[in-house]
Amino acid sequence: MKQFSAFLLKEFRHMGRDWRTLLILVVMPVVMVLLFGYAITTEVTQTRTAVLDPTHDYLTRRITDRIAANPFFELTATCASAEEVDALFREGRIDLAVVFAPELASAKAADASAVVQLLIDGSEPNQAAVRQGYAMQVIQEELLTASVASGEPVTDVSAQIPLINVSTRMLYNPQGKSAYNFVPAVIGMILLLLCTLMSSISIVREKENGTMEVLLASPLSPAVIIAAKLVPYFVVGMVNLLSILCLAHFVMGVPVEGSLVAFLALSVLYIGVALALGLLISTLVSTQLAAMLLSMLMIVPTMYLSGLVFQLDAMPLPAQAVSTIIPARWFMDGARRLMIQGVEVRHLFTNFMVLGAELLVLFGLSVLLFKKRLE
Amino acid sequence: MIVPMSLLYLVEKEFKQMMRNIILPLVFLILPLAMMNVVPRLLTQEVRHVRFVVVDNDHSTSSEQLVHKISASPYFDLVAAVGTGSEGLAQIESGDADLVLQIAPRFEREMVRTGRADISLQANAVDGTKSGLGASYAAQIINAFAAEIAGEQGAATRAEILSSRFLYNVNLDYKTFMIPALMGMVLVLIVGFLPALNIVGEKERGTIEQINVTPVGKVEFILSKLIPYWTVGLVLLLYCMVMAHIAHDVSPRGSVLSILLFATLFLLVISSLGLFVSNFSDTTQQASLVMFFFLMVFMLMSGMLTPVTSMPAWAQTISLFNPFRWFMEAMRAVYIKGSGVSDLLRPLLCLGTMALVLFPAAVLSYRKQS
Amino acid sequence: MNRDNIVIEAHGLTKRFGTFTATDHITLSVCEGEIFGFLGANGAGKTTAMRMLCGLSKPTAGTARVAGYDVATEAEKVKRNIGYMSQKFSLYDDLTVAENLRLFGGIYGMKRSEVKAKTRDVLVELDMVATLNQRVAALPLGWKQKLAFSLAVFHEPKIVFLDEPTGGVDPVTRRRFWELIYRAADRGVTVFVTTHYMDEAEYCDRVSIMVDGQIRALDTPARLKETYHAASMYDVFYALARTARRGE
Repeated sequence: MKQFSAFLLKEFRHMGRDWRTLLILVVMPVVMVLLFGYAITTEVTQTRTAVLDPTHDYLTRRITDRIAANPFFELTATCASAEEVDALFREGRIDLAVVFAPELASAKAADASAVVQLLIDGSEPNQAAVRQGYAMQVIQEELLTASVASGEPVTDVSAQIPLINVSTRMLYNPQGKSAYNFVPAVIGMILLLLCTLMSSISIVREKENGTMEVLLASPLSPAVIIAAKLVPYFVVGMVNLLSILCLAHFVMGVPVEGSLVAFLALSVLYIGVALALGLLISTLVSTQLAAMLLSMLMIVPTMYLSGLVFQLDAMPLPAQAVSTIIPARWFMDGARRLMIQGVEVRHLFTNFMVLGAELLVLFGLSVLLFKKRLE
Repeated sequence: MIVPMSLLYLVEKEFKQMMRNIILPLVFLILPLAMMNVVPRLLTQEVRHVRFVVVDNDHSTSSEQLVHKISASPYFDLVAAVGTGSEGLAQIESGDADLVLQIAPRFEREMVRTGRADISLQANAVDGTKSGLGASYAAQIINAFAAEIAGEQGAATRAEILSSRFLYNVNLDYKTFMIPALMGMVLVLIVGFLPALNIVGEKERGTIEQINVTPVGKVEFILSKLIPYWTVGLVLLLYCMVMAHIAHDVSPRGSVLSILLFATLFLLVISSLGLFVSNFSDTTQQASLVMFFFLMVFMLMSGMLTPVTSMPAWAQTISLFNPFRWFMEAMRAVYIKGSGVSDLLRPLLCLGTMALVLFPAAVLSYRKQS
Repeated sequence: MNRDNIVIEAHGLTKRFGTFTATDHITLSVCEGEIFGFLGANGAGKTTAMRMLCGLSKPTAGTARVAGYDVATEAEKVKRNIGYMSQKFSLYDDLTVAENLRLFGGIYGMKRSEVKAKTRDVLVELDMVATLNQRVAALPLGWKQKLAFSLAVFHEPKIVFLDEPTGGVDPVTRRRFWELIYRAADRGVTVFVTTHYMDEAEYCDRVSIMVDGQIRALDTPARLKETYHAASMYDVFYALARTARRGE
């Protein structure tokens, strides 16, 4: 035990000496959460719109004004020709164009085919679908009210069309503030990558320098040496977790609806898994460059198979199966439910079990591989 | 400009070292393969199987028809029909449902009598995309249903006046949207990290001393570090493009030359940044952490996963200085819309300016004498 | 040795890192073709001084001229005229012997054919022809040191700086290494070498002994032994080094 604490002290001293790295380690995650917590949002809030209106009659102006007044749209251009609209799309300056055919107001329903046409940049499918839906709704409403106001219906039948009024309410997160949704996910992403990177590189560095040999020559068992190497990074991980949590809660206003203890327990487990992952990487490679590269490649599954932005249940089955071993998936899911929905801990049984099992498997495998190399 | 002989020797050395690394060539081969073949098949932000609970307070033919219509769509799965709104909420609470659809009493009668009827939707908004699109799809189906009834009554629909059309990515295919961005991500992951580890690695091993004590020029030295990554980046990009074509039949609508122009600039910017960071770092760990920060900011604030226009104004301002944003916008525009260089002057200007700042910064931050 | 032609010249050369003075006003001059031993205990400031002379580190105070150029303002010109072998014998482990030589030959502007011919000559001289296409990582320490030395003089510089070139090898290997140094000196190369081994100090034309960043003694080995009434350079060194106040 005395030897262990001596080792541990050595590791902390190493870290303390390299204050530049330590500073980066402590400050960086906070900055990232602050940036990404607000910046990552899938809400469609701004639709840059151009209007091509050759007639400028009463109704087209009404619709244009309505669009200009709606915060969802940002009227960026009034075009004179279809070519101009086209160029704006190709330059990526607009997302949507409202094109009026000549003489909209006088058009009769019977012979009018598409007198108002919406052109939507389909590059980004979801945004396009939402924009289309919303723009259609706004213009339809305007057509309807305009016809009522002018007393001269745009179409003879518009009044007869049954209108089903759909009122939508968003639960838990009524303003649709995406910060709520993405903060737990961002925490999961940063903790995993940072802890994996830190532990894999620091262990491989000892290998590169040859100091690992010295440590291994000591009477301590490999498992203890490894643990001593990981503890300081575990502490850094915890410092990061707590600083991020305070930031998210007090500055960004993310709630912690469920049990804080359960959230912390989940996080501790998760940090453990990330460190063990780094450890495993360090047993597989011999250079810092390789360790770094492998740790970084964790970005790919963590970004795409964790449910961060992409829906897991829409993925093909094999991908869904693979996602069940992605630790970030279980952390993000658990953290979202604990922080935002406030579900009871018993609903998170699977999350705890999977992360716990992964911790054991990764750590056990690393120690095994480590011993094998020694023999 | 006469290329000094020593540059050739230095570049040769960098290439050899790169190819002799056990792991690098493997990563060069496999990462693009995975990013072009596997990831696009996973990527979908399409919302399907939104689980909904219905609270039908009307129990009429119309309301039943409507529920049937919604549950028949591929977007929705009917989980349960319950009696009260609070029972529906309980289902959301337990995580068994995403959406509660509540049909008002006398729904059918109101619709026939006044042409107006009420339906309320409650969505679990923790997941913004799912709730937003789910609610939007539901509203569309409901409106279509209304139009259908109108059609039965012999009325023309408003849809005939108002039409809409999706441009470029006509089928709203998510792959088309993501593949150019994934190519960018391959470049970021490889050409973003490697240069940052290069100089600091030579510092750690002590080999940089041996170079510093020679009369080799600063520009030459930095160029010798830059050229190999730049070459590897372009080769990987072409490799990705070929695979995207084979695996998904996705090819650029615009010219390949304009893609290469943007890639050249982007690679210059990102590897200069890496070398700059490397010059300032004492250890590989430091350089990795700093680059990790930069690359995460580059990727997550670029519009790759979530739109730039959805970000708050300050974040949009930051993204103006994000080289990855401009490269990806250019890639997507050329791939999906067939834009040419003349349409993309803004990305060109931004990337060009960054290159003009960062390359000299990389050269000047390299100190041969401490 | 040409006593009229001074090729290394330092006046009050000083390097401070914060409050710590690594090298404290050292003054010395070295003639063309001389083997100059630069002695001192660990942490005495030898490496720092040598790095300043090579143009790798800027002096905080004082001046030095190497091959006629100022090390602070004309570092790049200094570098054209010197060779340097650092403590870490900075060879590229992942390149072969031939590739290392070719790289550094190329950096100094040697032609490919020239590099090729010279590589053969050097390897014959080192008796390492068989290692031509072996990676440096696989070589024994003694061979790496010989190779690193050859690399430092490959472009035929006027002056070569060697920082503890023979650390960690057996006496026979060290002796062989010194034969290389003598041969270089015979060709008129000035050798500036730091070492811990007092037998090596005896091989030098002149030596200086550094303690706590300052030069405490500078003369030929014979005269130093006389001054300090010592039987060997070891005794001279011990007499001076034990006055050191700073450790490693």
